[in-house]
Amino acid sequence: MSERIEVQKTYKTYVGGQFPRGESGHYYKVYSSDNELMANACRCTRKDLRDAVVIARNAFPGWKSRNAYNRGQILYRIGEMMETRRAEFIAALSRIGFTAEEAAADVNASIDRLIYYAGWTDKYQQVFGSINPVASSHFNFSMLEPTGVVTIFAPEQSPLLGLVSVIAPVIAGGNTCVVHASEAYPLAAITFGEVLNSSDVPGGVVNILTGIRKELVEHFASHMDVNAVFYTDKLEKEMVVQIDDLSTENMKRVIKTPVDDWYHAESESPYFIVDFQETKTTWHPVAY
Amino acid sequence: MSESKTNETTYKPTSPNSKLDFASLWDYAPAPESAANLEVKKRYELFIDGKFVKPTKGRYFKSINPANGKEVAEFAEATQKDVDKAVKAARKAYEGEWSRISAKTRAKYIYRLARMLQERAREFAIAESIDGGKPIRESRDVDVPLAAAHFFYYAGWADKLDYAFPGKKPESLGVCGQIIPWNFPMLMLSWKIAPALACGNTIVLKPAETTPLTAMLFAELVKDAGIPHGVINIVTGAGATGAEIVNHKDVNKIAFTGSTKVGKIIKRSLAGTDKKYTLELGGKGAIIVFEDAAIDQAVEGIINAIYFNQGHVCCAGSRLFVQESVADKVIQKLKDRLETLIVGDPLDKNTDIGAINSRQQFDNINKYLEIGLQEGAEMYQSNCKIPENGYFIRPTLLTNVSQSNRVVQEEIFGPVLTVQTFRTADEAVEKANNTPYGLASGVWTDKGSKIFKVGSELRAGVVWANTYNKFDPTSPFGGYKESGVGREGGLHGLAAYVNLK
Repeated sequence: MSERIEVQKTYKTYVGGQFPRGESGHYYKVYSSDNELMANACRCTRKDLRDAVVIARNAFPGWKSRNAYNRGQILYRIGEMMETRRAEFIAALSRIGFTAEEAAADVNASIDRLIYYAGWTDKYQQVFGSINPVASSHFNFSMLEPTGVVTIFAPEQSPLLGLVSVIAPVIAGGNTCVVHASEAYPLAAITFGEVLNSSDVPGGVVNILTGIRKELVEHFASHMDVNAVFYTDKLEKEMVVQIDDLSTENMKRVIKTPVDDWYHAESESPYFIVDFQETKTTWHPVAY
Repeated sequence: MSESKTNETTYKPTSPNSKLDFASLWDYAPAPESAANLEVKKRYELFIDGKFVKPTKGRYFKSINPANGKEVAEFAEATQKDVDKAVKAARKAYEGEWSRISAKTRAKYIYRLARMLQERAREFAIAESIDGGKPIRESRDVDVPLAAAHFFYYAGWADKLDYAFPGKKPESLGVCGQIIPWNFPMLMLSWKIAPALACGNTIVLKPAETTPLTAMLFAELVKDAGIPHGVINIVTGAGATGAEIVNHKDVNKIAFTGSTKVGKIIKRSLAGTDKKYTLELGGKGAIIVFEDAAIDQAVEGIINAIYFNQGHVCCAGSRLFVQESVADKVIQKLKDRLETLIVGDPLDKNTDIGAINSRQQFDNINKYLEIGLQEGAEMYQSNCKIPENGYFIRPTLLTNVSQSNRVVQEEIFGPVLTVQTFRTADEAVEKANNTPYGLASGVWTDKGSKIFKVGSELRAGVVWANTYNKFDPTSPFGGYKESGVGREGGLHGLAAYVNLK
């Protein structure tokens, strides 16, 4: 009896709740730590980003108007779905050099991080909003509202925990996003897309592209219908300048919060949610 | 609104008294505020390290009273060396005395500024009106009292910052470079200086070149209050001086209020630096009036939204959207109300609309009126008398305009209101949000649920519901999208002046 040939998975992108190939057909090879070819990953281009932003923009009104309880349950559901696929994630991380222990810890922490942010969805407004005692006869309050479509450069060296840690606070606050997965280790991100797709997260809320960061930075930072850019890696100076500069034309919020250690207590915080919120203040007269 | 001609015949006021017509009954007697207790010096120097010092290059520029074209005073032009001196003084103070005093002492200094400003309030109000052209009624009742209130509010935060950021420890930033505009010179100064001081920073501030007078009066007040030397430095000059502040290596934070165009230049020049920044930029505020609104109140609100401070307000309600069923009525009432506005001497207590701040702005607004007419707008201006000298523009309505018109899309920063109609709430929201700006907006309706729904759909940092152009130190202010980054005022305004650890 001949040995069974394994059916390998084709890794594509995750956009609009589907798994399309990159528009250009370009690819780059992704290797395991033993130098085995794991995938021909999509080498996404400006066109893919543009398509993804249109989809993220269209998903935004629906996602932001989901009530906080509902968003919390959906984030929790992502955690549940990850839990059921622990083995797959651990195997994936093991192939790129994580020890079994490290891989398990990474997956555990990722699931826990989702639960952490799930719990924040209906609380950050209470902690960070305010009622303002103005000196005139008005009722005045400030609420947080999601800033819109966020482009994210996921951490290069933390392909799962880092990825989850940057996506969760952004969507917990009602934003939608387009994420560039770790360039060298993009496969966990696409598998995470499969988790999202079975977790009641509406299509288009999280969109994950793979490709070469250097090629995508310009488009992630300059697209006129993107409201914020987020990265946590220490980027080379040239790229930092490029992002700051290109984000200016439509006044994107540039959130650069360096994080080295995704296990550190500081790497999960409601301030990551607040960074992608706008404060809206409403006045109304008080009178008969 | 091509039907505006027929309005005049078909419009029936709800009561015979609904049309206010004071002007044809009697003239207002002049009621000028006396400028006797304001002593304006011939020349003002730079305020650096607690002293008034001459500018290195010895150059001075004039500030002009826009209501009569007369020179107000000469002000020093700060160049690179002066700015450097100011930053060094601020750094020295930050690392020295200012860092050693307790938060409680810091608070008391800021309280002192609030009190001293209140004591000299009228003098500051007169100075503001002379230098900038705004009606004394506004500088006296709005600008200066609010500025004092701002100091009073933030003073109290100085020793309570640990309560402002749950789970975090706030730390001061260092030297803050602050650049403020000419539309609310004293108020913007307070918005910048008060929270920066409360959080333990030191300051180099530059007022606008057309309105530096109150900032220099404030410098005297800083001296009188005994604020440690170098904590507040004030340098005068134009854009080049501002650029020196923005680009100075030893500045930790830039706070700017002004045009979106300049804001973008500043943000670009900060690219790749670790300087924090807050930007309060332009706006094109939308006012949505539903058919169920209290129409007379709405009309008053619209007048206040667009003609307050000659329309030189970043959050001015400059785009009016009226529900079709009440459009004729609202437009007619607006026109009637326009006729009652008094345009003239800023120092006259009866004046509603003062002088346009500068020649440049005067030309700019007139340019937009030309553009509006070329685009097919119908222009309605009040028939009021305006002074022969100085820069004055009659309050203006532009009807028959569409979303793509430049007068609807671009910030005019003058007493010019565009008027459009809508049928459904969705349409109103869509049109209101169709702008790169997102600073402020207004909604008028008698229905509470509609206020909350429309308010939550509007992409703007401030929503005034059944009111407009209200400000308070406790109330955060700032824009979405191209209207800026960050908030000023209230608890949220503190975040601009601290690092969170």
